Amino acid sequence: MAKRRVMFTFPSELIGEPIIYNLGQQFKVVTNIRRADVSENKGWVVLELEGEEKDIERGIAWVTSRGVRVDPVIGDIVEG
Amino acid sequence: MSYAISLRCRKCGGEYPLQPINLCDFCFGPLEVTYDYKSISRCVTRGKIDSGPSTMWRYQDLLPVDGEVIDIGTGFTPLVKADNLGQEIGLEQLYIKNDCLNPTYSFKDRVVAVAITKAREFGFTTVACASTGNLASSVAAHAAKARLKSYVFIPTDIERSKIIGTSIYKPTLVAVQGSYDQVNRLCSKLVDTYHWGFININLRPYYAEGSKTLGYEVAEQLGWRSPDCIVAPAASGLLFTRIWKGLNELSMLGLIEPVDTHMHLVQAAGCSPIVNAFKAGTLHVHPVEPNTIAKSIAIGNPADGYYALKTARESGGTAWAVTDEELVNGMKLLAQTEGIFAETAGGVVIAGLQKMVKSGVIKRNELTVAFITGAGLKTQEVVSDTVQPVTIQPTLEAFEEAFSKLGQATVTA
Repeated sequence: MAKRRVMFTFPSELIGEPIIYNLGQQFKVVTNIRRADVSENKGWVVLELEGEEKDIERGIAWVTSRGVRVDPVIGDIVEG
Repeated sequence: MSYAISLRCRKCGGEYPLQPINLCDFCFGPLEVTYDYKSISRCVTRGKIDSGPSTMWRYQDLLPVDGEVIDIGTGFTPLVKADNLGQEIGLEQLYIKNDCLNPTYSFKDRVVAVAITKAREFGFTTVACASTGNLASSVAAHAAKARLKSYVFIPTDIERSKIIGTSIYKPTLVAVQGSYDQVNRLCSKLVDTYHWGFININLRPYYAEGSKTLGYEVAEQLGWRSPDCIVAPAASGLLFTRIWKGLNELSMLGLIEPVDTHMHLVQAAGCSPIVNAFKAGTLHVHPVEPNTIAKSIAIGNPADGYYALKTARESGGTAWAVTDEELVNGMKLLAQTEGIFAETAGGVVIAGLQKMVKSGVIKRNELTVAFITGAGLKTQEVVSDTVQPVTIQPTLEAFEEAFSKLGQATVTA
Protein backbone atom coordinates (compact mmCIF):
# COMPACT_ATOMS: atom_id res chain seq x y z
CA MET A 1 0.00 0.00 0.00
CA ALA A 2 1.24 3.46 -0.85
CA LYS A 3 0.47 6.84 0.67
CA ARG A 4 0.47 10.24 -1.01
CA ARG A 5 0.02 13.67 0.56
CA VAL A 6 -1.60 16.07 -1.87
CA MET A 7 -3.48 19.33 -2.16
CA PHE A 8 -6.58 19.60 -4.35
CA THR A 9 -7.54 23.06 -5.59
CA PHE A 10 -11.10 23.25 -6.91
CA PRO A 11 -12.37 25.70 -9.50
CA SER A 12 -15.68 27.35 -8.56
CA GLU A 13 -17.76 25.19 -10.93
CA LEU A 14 -16.69 21.98 -9.15
CA ILE A 15 -17.26 23.12 -5.56
CA GLY A 16 -20.65 21.38 -5.46
CA GLU A 17 -19.43 18.03 -6.82
CA PRO A 18 -18.52 15.11 -4.52
CA ILE A 19 -15.12 14.62 -6.17
CA ILE A 20 -13.38 13.20 -3.09
CA TYR A 21 -16.21 10.75 -2.40
CA ASN A 22 -16.12 9.55 -6.01
CA LEU A 23 -12.33 9.22 -5.89
CA GLY A 24 -12.67 6.84 -2.95
CA GLN A 25 -15.55 4.89 -4.48
CA GLN A 26 -14.26 4.50 -8.01
CA PHE A 27 -10.55 3.95 -7.40
CA LYS A 28 -10.42 2.16 -4.02
CA VAL A 29 -8.36 5.01 -2.61
CA VAL A 30 -8.78 5.86 1.08
CA THR A 31 -9.03 9.65 1.43
CA ASN A 32 -8.10 11.26 4.74
CA ILE A 33 -8.66 15.04 4.92
CA ARG A 34 -6.29 17.00 7.20
CA ARG A 35 -7.00 20.63 6.36
CA ALA A 36 -9.44 22.40 4.07
CA ASP A 37 -11.00 25.72 3.18
CA VAL A 38 -14.05 25.63 0.96
CA SER A 39 -16.43 28.48 0.19
CA GLU A 40 -19.08 28.92 -2.49
CA ASN A 41 -16.60 30.06 -5.13
CA LYS A 42 -13.27 28.43 -4.29
CA GLY A 43 -11.82 25.58 -2.33
CA TRP A 44 -8.72 23.65 -1.40
CA VAL A 45 -8.29 20.44 0.51
CA VAL A 46 -5.09 18.95 1.93
CA LEU A 47 -5.45 15.21 2.23
CA GLU A 48 -3.67 11.87 2.31
CA LEU A 49 -4.45 9.21 -0.26
CA GLU A 50 -3.80 5.59 0.63
CA GLY A 51 -4.09 2.61 -1.65
CA GLU A 52 -2.31 0.66 -4.35
CA GLU A 53 0.17 2.85 -6.22
CA LYS A 54 -1.58 2.28 -9.55
CA ASP A 55 -4.99 3.12 -8.04
CA ILE A 56 -3.63 6.37 -6.58
CA GLU A 57 -2.12 7.29 -9.95
CA ARG A 58 -5.35 6.50 -11.81
CA GLY A 59 -7.36 8.37 -9.19
CA ILE A 60 -5.18 11.47 -9.44
CA ALA A 61 -5.39 11.35 -13.24
CA TRP A 62 -9.18 11.21 -13.00
CA VAL A 63 -9.39 14.07 -10.48
CA THR A 64 -7.11 16.15 -12.71
CA SER A 65 -9.22 15.34 -15.77
CA ARG A 66 -12.30 16.64 -13.92
CA GLY A 67 -10.56 20.05 -13.68
CA VAL A 68 -9.13 19.90 -10.15
CA ARG A 69 -5.51 20.97 -9.72
CA VAL A 70 -3.45 18.41 -7.82
CA ASP A 71 -0.16 19.45 -6.20
CA PRO A 72 2.27 17.94 -3.72
CA VAL A 73 1.25 19.28 -0.30
CA ILE A 74 4.68 20.88 0.12
CA GLY A 75 4.17 23.15 -2.90
CA ASP A 76 6.51 23.22 -5.87
CA ILE A 77 9.77 21.41 -5.29
CA VAL A 78 11.61 22.53 -8.39
CA GLU A 79 13.27 25.84 -7.49
CA GLY A 80 15.15 28.44 -9.46
CA MET B 1 26.41 23.93 20.29
CA SER B 2 23.15 25.01 18.70
CA TYR B 3 20.37 26.88 20.48
CA ALA B 4 17.73 25.21 18.30
CA ILE B 5 15.38 23.16 20.46
CA SER B 6 12.65 21.66 18.29
CA LEU B 7 10.61 21.74 15.12
CA ARG B 8 7.15 23.24 15.48
CA CYS B 9 4.21 23.05 13.08
CA ARG B 10 3.28 26.49 11.81
CA LYS B 11 -0.36 25.46 11.48
CA CYS B 12 -1.28 23.45 14.57
CA GLY B 13 1.72 24.03 16.86
CA GLY B 14 2.64 20.33 17.12
CA GLU B 15 6.26 19.84 18.26
CA TYR B 16 8.85 17.39 16.94
CA PRO B 17 12.50 16.68 17.73
CA LEU B 18 15.15 18.13 15.39
CA GLN B 19 15.03 15.54 12.61
CA PRO B 20 15.11 15.61 8.82
CA ILE B 21 11.35 16.09 8.41
CA ASN B 22 9.40 19.00 6.99
CA LEU B 23 5.71 18.29 7.55
CA CYS B 24 3.55 17.86 10.61
CA ASP B 25 2.26 14.27 10.79
CA PHE B 26 -1.12 15.45 11.99
CA CYS B 27 -2.12 18.37 9.74
CA PHE B 28 0.64 18.30 7.08
CA GLY B 29 1.54 21.89 7.97
CA PRO B 30 5.15 23.08 7.47
CA LEU B 31 7.61 22.72 10.35
CA GLU B 32 9.82 25.53 11.61
CA VAL B 33 12.88 25.52 13.88
CA THR B 34 12.34 26.95 17.38
CA TYR B 35 15.16 28.34 19.54
CA ASP B 36 16.02 28.97 23.15
CA TYR B 37 16.10 32.76 22.75
CA LYS B 38 16.72 33.32 26.44
CA SER B 39 20.07 31.55 26.24
CA ILE B 40 20.89 33.21 22.91
CA SER B 41 20.30 36.65 24.43
CA ARG B 42 22.82 35.88 27.18
CA CYS B 43 25.53 34.91 24.70
CA VAL B 44 25.05 36.99 21.54
CA THR B 45 26.18 40.61 21.49
CA ARG B 46 26.96 43.08 18.73
CA GLY B 47 30.63 42.79 19.69
CA LYS B 48 30.65 39.00 19.44
CA ILE B 49 29.03 39.11 16.00
CA ASP B 50 31.44 41.84 14.89
CA SER B 51 34.44 39.70 15.84
CA GLY B 52 33.13 36.71 13.88
CA PRO B 53 34.13 35.68 10.34
CA SER B 54 33.23 37.88 7.36
CA THR B 55 30.67 35.33 6.17
CA MET B 56 27.13 34.37 7.14
CA TRP B 57 28.65 32.18 9.87
CA ARG B 58 29.22 35.26 12.03
CA TYR B 59 25.57 34.60 12.99
CA GLN B 60 26.09 30.92 13.74
CA ASP B 61 24.56 31.24 17.23
CA LEU B 62 21.28 32.17 15.52
CA LEU B 63 21.31 29.21 13.14
CA PRO B 64 20.26 25.59 13.85
CA VAL B 65 23.69 23.98 13.37
CA ASP B 66 26.06 22.14 15.69
CA GLY B 67 29.81 22.06 15.35
CA GLU B 68 31.72 22.33 12.10
CA VAL B 69 29.94 24.15 9.28
CA ILE B 70 30.28 23.85 5.50
CA ASP B 71 31.75 27.21 4.58
CA ILE B 72 32.61 28.14 1.00
CA GLY B 73 32.66 31.84 1.86
CA THR B 74 28.96 32.58 1.69
CA GLY B 75 27.38 35.78 2.92
CA PHE B 76 28.31 39.14 4.37
CA THR B 77 27.85 40.49 0.86
CA PRO B 78 28.04 44.25 0.23
CA LEU B 79 25.25 46.65 1.13
CA VAL B 80 25.81 49.40 -1.41
CA LYS B 81 24.46 52.95 -1.13
CA ALA B 82 22.82 53.37 -4.54
CA ASP B 83 22.82 57.14 -4.99
CA ASN B 84 22.69 57.09 -8.79
CA LEU B 85 19.74 54.74 -8.94
CA GLY B 86 18.11 56.59 -6.04
CA GLN B 87 18.38 59.87 -7.91
CA GLU B 88 16.99 58.26 -11.05
CA ILE B 89 13.86 56.93 -9.38
CA GLY B 90 13.39 59.47 -6.58
CA LEU B 91 14.82 58.06 -3.36
CA GLU B 92 17.30 59.77 -1.05
CA GLN B 93 18.41 56.73 0.95
CA LEU B 94 18.44 53.69 -1.29
CA TYR B 95 20.67 50.68 -0.64
CA ILE B 96 21.25 47.56 -2.71
CA LYS B 97 21.96 44.29 -0.90
CA ASN B 98 24.11 42.67 -3.54
CA ASP B 99 23.81 38.92 -3.09
CA CYS B 100 25.19 38.30 -6.59
CA LEU B 101 28.53 38.17 -4.80
CA ASN B 102 28.07 34.80 -3.16
CA PRO B 103 30.29 31.85 -4.17
CA THR B 104 27.79 30.47 -6.71
CA TYR B 105 26.41 33.93 -7.50
CA SER B 106 23.06 33.80 -5.73
CA PHE B 107 21.47 33.98 -2.28
CA LYS B 108 20.81 30.24 -2.44
CA ASP B 109 24.28 29.68 -0.98
CA ARG B 110 22.91 30.93 2.36
CA VAL B 111 20.13 28.37 2.59
CA VAL B 112 22.16 25.55 1.09
CA ALA B 113 25.10 26.16 3.47
CA VAL B 114 22.79 25.47 6.42
CA ALA B 115 21.02 22.54 4.72
CA ILE B 116 24.27 20.78 3.74
CA THR B 117 25.74 21.34 7.21
CA LYS B 118 22.64 19.69 8.68
CA ALA B 119 22.73 16.88 6.09
CA ARG B 120 26.18 15.94 7.32
CA GLU B 121 25.11 16.23 10.97
CA PHE B 122 22.18 13.88 10.30
CA GLY B 123 24.57 11.36 8.75
CA PHE B 124 23.34 11.57 5.16
CA THR B 125 25.94 10.57 2.59
CA THR B 126 23.85 11.80 -0.36
CA VAL B 127 21.97 15.05 -0.89
CA ALA B 128 19.56 15.98 -3.67
CA CYS B 129 17.53 18.84 -5.11
CA ALA B 130 15.41 19.75 -8.12
CA SER B 131 16.23 23.05 -9.71
CA THR B 132 16.28 25.10 -12.88
CA GLY B 133 19.51 26.93 -12.00
CA ASN B 134 20.65 28.72 -8.86
CA LEU B 135 19.77 26.05 -6.32
CA ALA B 136 21.38 23.34 -8.46
CA SER B 137 24.77 25.12 -8.62
CA SER B 138 24.75 25.89 -4.94
CA VAL B 139 23.89 22.35 -3.86
CA ALA B 140 26.51 20.83 -6.16
CA ALA B 141 29.19 23.25 -4.91
CA HIS B 142 28.45 22.78 -1.21
CA ALA B 143 28.19 18.99 -1.61
CA ALA B 144 31.63 19.01 -3.25
CA LYS B 145 33.07 20.92 -0.28
CA ALA B 146 31.31 18.63 2.22
CA ARG B 147 32.45 15.53 0.30
CA LEU B 148 28.86 14.33 -0.04
CA LYS B 149 27.35 12.70 -3.11
CA SER B 150 24.78 14.87 -4.81
CA TYR B 151 21.92 14.28 -7.21
CA VAL B 152 20.60 17.26 -9.07
CA PHE B 153 17.33 16.86 -10.98
CA ILE B 154 16.74 19.29 -13.83
CA PRO B 155 14.06 19.60 -16.50
CA THR B 156 15.54 18.76 -19.93
CA ASP B 157 14.80 22.18 -21.42
CA ILE B 158 17.18 24.28 -19.26
CA GLU B 159 19.74 26.48 -21.02
CA ARG B 160 23.16 24.85 -21.40
CA SER B 161 24.97 27.74 -19.69
CA LYS B 162 23.04 27.07 -16.50
CA ILE B 163 23.79 23.35 -16.59
CA ILE B 164 27.54 23.95 -16.95
CA GLY B 165 27.50 26.17 -13.85
CA THR B 166 26.29 23.10 -11.95
CA SER B 167 28.06 20.22 -13.67
CA ILE B 168 31.52 21.69 -13.02
CA TYR B 169 31.10 20.60 -9.37
CA LYS B 170 30.43 17.03 -10.59
CA PRO B 171 27.07 16.15 -9.11
CA THR B 172 25.08 13.31 -10.65
CA LEU B 173 22.98 15.34 -13.03
CA VAL B 174 19.61 13.82 -13.88
CA ALA B 175 17.73 15.46 -16.76
CA VAL B 176 14.05 14.55 -16.41
CA GLN B 177 11.95 14.43 -19.55
CA GLY B 178 8.59 15.86 -18.66
CA SER B 179 6.76 18.94 -17.56
CA TYR B 180 7.68 21.04 -14.55
CA ASP B 181 4.78 19.43 -12.64
CA GLN B 182 5.99 15.94 -13.50
CA VAL B 183 9.47 16.75 -12.15
CA ASN B 184 7.81 18.00 -8.96
CA ARG B 185 5.83 14.81 -8.57
CA LEU B 186 8.86 12.61 -9.22
CA CYS B 187 10.81 14.39 -6.48
CA SER B 188 8.05 14.01 -3.91
CA LYS B 189 8.14 10.24 -4.62
CA LEU B 190 11.94 10.07 -4.47
CA VAL B 191 11.97 11.56 -0.99
CA ASP B 192 9.72 8.72 0.21
CA THR B 193 11.89 6.10 -1.47
CA TYR B 194 15.51 7.09 -0.83
CA HIS B 195 17.34 7.90 2.38
CA TRP B 196 18.76 11.14 1.03
CA GLY B 197 18.93 14.65 2.36
CA PHE B 198 16.58 16.54 0.03
CA ILE B 199 17.70 20.10 0.35
CA ASN B 200 14.32 21.80 0.06
CA ILE B 201 12.12 18.92 1.22
CA ASN B 202 13.14 16.97 4.34
CA LEU B 203 15.87 19.52 5.14
CA ARG B 204 13.62 22.50 4.40
CA PRO B 205 13.10 23.70 8.00
CA TYR B 206 16.89 24.14 8.32
CA TYR B 207 17.39 25.35 4.75
CA ALA B 208 14.85 28.11 5.42
CA GLU B 209 16.83 29.50 8.33
CA GLY B 210 19.80 30.39 6.12
CA SER B 211 17.83 33.25 4.59
CA LYS B 212 17.53 34.97 7.97
CA THR B 213 21.16 36.00 7.57
CA LEU B 214 20.09 38.48 4.88
CA GLY B 215 18.02 40.29 7.50
CA TYR B 216 20.83 40.16 10.07
CA GLU B 217 23.41 41.49 7.65
CA VAL B 218 21.33 44.39 6.43
CA ALA B 219 20.62 45.49 10.01
CA GLU B 220 24.28 45.21 11.01
CA GLN B 221 25.52 46.96 7.86
CA LEU B 222 23.11 49.85 8.47
CA GLY B 223 24.69 50.33 11.89
CA TRP B 224 22.32 48.05 13.80
CA ARG B 225 18.94 49.28 12.66
CA SER B 226 16.18 47.95 10.43
CA PRO B 227 15.35 49.88 7.27
CA ASP B 228 12.07 51.74 6.72
CA CYS B 229 11.28 49.68 3.64
CA ILE B 230 12.46 46.42 2.13
CA VAL B 231 11.80 45.37 -1.45
CA ALA B 232 12.44 41.70 -2.19
CA PRO B 233 11.42 39.16 -4.82
CA ALA B 234 9.16 36.23 -3.99
CA ALA B 235 9.28 32.77 -5.51
CA SER B 236 8.30 30.21 -2.86
CA GLY B 237 8.01 33.18 -0.48
CA LEU B 238 10.54 31.70 1.93
CA LEU B 239 13.24 34.34 1.52
CA PHE B 240 10.74 37.14 2.07
CA THR B 241 9.45 35.66 5.33
CA ARG B 242 12.92 34.88 6.65
CA ILE B 243 14.31 38.38 6.09
CA TRP B 244 11.43 39.53 8.29
CA LYS B 245 12.09 36.80 10.86
CA GLY B 246 15.78 37.72 10.96
CA LEU B 247 15.03 41.38 11.71
CA ASN B 248 12.51 40.49 14.39
CA GLU B 249 14.90 38.08 16.08
CA LEU B 250 17.53 40.82 16.33
CA SER B 251 14.94 43.08 17.91
CA MET B 252 13.82 40.37 20.32
CA LEU B 253 17.43 39.88 21.38
CA GLY B 254 17.80 43.60 22.02
CA LEU B 255 20.37 44.07 19.25
CA ILE B 256 18.19 46.56 17.34
CA GLU B 257 15.18 48.73 18.17
CA PRO B 258 11.67 47.34 17.54
CA VAL B 259 11.22 46.63 13.83
CA ASP B 260 9.08 49.10 11.91
CA THR B 261 9.95 47.96 8.41
CA HIS B 262 7.43 47.79 5.56
CA MET B 263 8.00 44.56 3.64
CA HIS B 264 7.23 45.00 -0.06
CA LEU B 265 7.12 41.94 -2.28
CA VAL B 266 7.56 41.73 -6.05
CA GLN B 267 6.85 38.97 -8.56
CA ALA B 268 6.92 38.70 -12.33
CA ALA B 269 3.44 39.23 -13.81
CA GLY B 270 3.78 35.89 -15.64
CA CYS B 271 3.95 34.08 -12.28
CA SER B 272 2.43 36.15 -9.52
CA PRO B 273 0.21 33.93 -7.36
CA ILE B 274 1.17 35.78 -4.16
CA VAL B 275 0.51 39.21 -5.66
CA ASN B 276 -2.84 37.96 -7.01
CA ALA B 277 -3.86 36.85 -3.51
CA PHE B 278 -2.68 40.13 -1.97
CA LYS B 279 -4.77 42.12 -4.43
CA ALA B 280 -7.78 39.85 -3.93
CA GLY B 281 -7.56 40.36 -0.17
CA THR B 282 -7.38 36.64 0.55
CA LEU B 283 -4.80 34.57 2.39
CA HIS B 284 -5.18 31.62 0.03
CA VAL B 285 -2.59 31.56 -2.73
CA HIS B 286 -4.16 30.00 -5.78
CA PRO B 287 -1.55 28.11 -7.89
CA VAL B 288 -0.79 29.40 -11.41
CA GLU B 289 1.07 28.12 -14.48
CA PRO B 290 4.35 30.09 -14.73
CA ASN B 291 4.98 32.03 -17.93
CA THR B 292 7.81 34.52 -17.51
CA ILE B 293 11.47 34.97 -18.40
CA ALA B 294 12.21 35.41 -14.67
CA LYS B 295 12.63 31.65 -14.34
CA SER B 296 14.53 31.72 -11.05
CA ILE B 297 11.40 33.00 -9.30
CA ALA B 298 8.76 31.25 -11.41
CA ILE B 299 7.11 29.07 -8.79
CA GLY B 300 3.44 28.53 -9.58
CA ASN B 301 2.54 26.89 -6.29
CA PRO B 302 4.64 28.66 -3.66
CA ALA B 303 5.12 26.64 -0.47
CA ASP B 304 5.40 29.73 1.74
CA GLY B 305 3.03 31.94 -0.20
CA TYR B 306 0.59 32.17 2.70
CA TYR B 307 3.33 33.30 5.10
CA ALA B 308 4.77 35.77 2.61
CA LEU B 309 1.32 37.32 2.26
CA LYS B 310 0.97 37.52 6.03
CA THR B 311 4.38 39.18 6.31
CA ALA B 312 3.51 41.79 3.69
CA ARG B 313 0.20 42.54 5.43
CA GLU B 314 1.46 42.54 9.02
CA SER B 315 4.36 44.83 8.20
CA GLY B 316 2.22 47.36 6.32
CA GLY B 317 3.88 46.34 3.08
CA THR B 318 2.51 45.74 -0.40
CA ALA B 319 2.82 43.27 -3.30
CA TRP B 320 3.50 44.16 -6.93
CA ALA B 321 3.84 42.41 -10.27
CA VAL B 322 5.99 43.62 -13.17
CA THR B 323 5.97 42.55 -16.82
CA ASP B 324 8.89 40.86 -18.55
CA GLU B 325 9.58 44.08 -20.46
CA GLU B 326 9.63 46.10 -17.24
CA LEU B 327 11.99 43.66 -15.54
CA VAL B 328 14.45 43.75 -18.44
CA ASN B 329 14.43 47.55 -18.20
CA GLY B 330 15.00 47.18 -14.46
CA MET B 331 18.08 45.02 -15.09
CA LYS B 332 19.46 47.62 -17.49
CA LEU B 333 18.74 50.51 -15.15
CA LEU B 334 20.52 48.85 -12.23
CA ALA B 335 23.54 47.96 -14.36
CA GLN B 336 23.75 51.39 -15.96
CA THR B 337 23.40 53.38 -12.74
CA GLU B 338 25.12 51.21 -10.13
CA GLY B 339 27.34 48.84 -12.09
CA ILE B 340 25.51 45.79 -10.78
CA PHE B 341 24.49 43.14 -13.29
CA ALA B 342 21.57 41.30 -11.72
CA GLU B 343 19.65 38.32 -13.05
CA THR B 344 16.01 38.63 -14.07
CA ALA B 345 14.80 38.43 -10.45
CA GLY B 346 16.87 41.55 -9.72
CA GLY B 347 15.20 43.32 -12.64
CA VAL B 348 11.86 42.38 -11.07
CA VAL B 349 12.91 44.07 -7.83
CA ILE B 350 14.12 47.27 -9.48
CA ALA B 351 11.04 47.55 -11.71
CA GLY B 352 8.81 46.94 -8.69
CA LEU B 353 10.72 49.52 -6.66
CA GLN B 354 10.17 52.10 -9.40
CA LYS B 355 6.43 51.48 -9.28
CA MET B 356 6.32 51.75 -5.51
CA VAL B 357 8.12 55.10 -5.51
CA LYS B 358 6.05 56.44 -8.37
CA SER B 359 2.80 55.51 -6.65
CA GLY B 360 3.93 57.00 -3.34
CA VAL B 361 3.97 53.69 -1.46
CA ILE B 362 7.64 54.34 -0.68
CA LYS B 363 8.37 57.96 0.26
CA ARG B 364 11.41 59.87 -1.01
CA ASN B 365 13.14 60.05 2.38
CA GLU B 366 12.49 56.49 3.55
CA LEU B 367 15.57 54.33 4.03
CA THR B 368 14.97 51.53 1.56
CA VAL B 369 16.88 48.31 0.87
CA ALA B 370 16.35 46.44 -2.40
CA PHE B 371 17.49 42.81 -2.44
CA ILE B 372 19.36 41.59 -5.50
CA THR B 373 19.44 37.83 -5.12
CA GLY B 374 21.33 36.53 -8.15
CA ALA B 375 23.87 37.53 -10.80
CA GLY B 376 23.06 38.51 -14.38
CA LEU B 377 25.62 36.29 -16.06
CA LYS B 378 23.22 33.39 -15.55
CA THR B 379 20.45 35.03 -17.56
CA GLN B 380 22.42 37.27 -19.88
CA GLU B 381 20.51 36.20 -23.00
CA VAL B 382 17.54 38.38 -21.95
CA VAL B 383 19.61 41.55 -22.35
CA SER B 384 21.57 40.51 -25.45
CA ASP B 385 20.05 43.48 -27.31
CA THR B 386 22.44 45.76 -25.38
CA VAL B 387 25.32 44.45 -27.52
CA GLN B 388 25.66 47.20 -30.14
CA PRO B 389 29.38 47.76 -30.78
CA VAL B 390 30.73 50.44 -33.08
CA THR B 391 32.81 48.41 -35.59
CA ILE B 392 35.88 50.11 -37.10
CA GLN B 393 39.11 49.40 -39.00
CA PRO B 394 42.24 49.41 -36.78
CA THR B 395 43.26 53.02 -37.54
CA LEU B 396 42.95 56.26 -35.61
CA GLU B 397 41.23 57.88 -38.60
CA ALA B 398 38.59 55.18 -38.72
CA PHE B 399 37.90 55.66 -35.01
CA GLU B 400 37.62 59.45 -35.29
CA GLU B 401 35.46 59.21 -38.40
CA ALA B 402 33.07 56.77 -36.77
CA PHE B 403 32.74 58.84 -33.64
CA SER B 404 32.41 62.18 -35.39
CA LYS B 405 29.48 60.65 -37.26
CA LEU B 406 27.96 59.76 -33.94
CA GLY B 407 28.70 63.28 -32.71
CA GLN B 408 30.63 61.89 -29.75
CA ALA B 409 34.26 62.51 -30.71
CA THR B 410 36.12 64.39 -28.01
CA VAL B 411 39.81 65.16 -28.26
CA THR B 412 41.31 65.71 -24.86
CA ALA B 413 44.97 65.05 -25.58
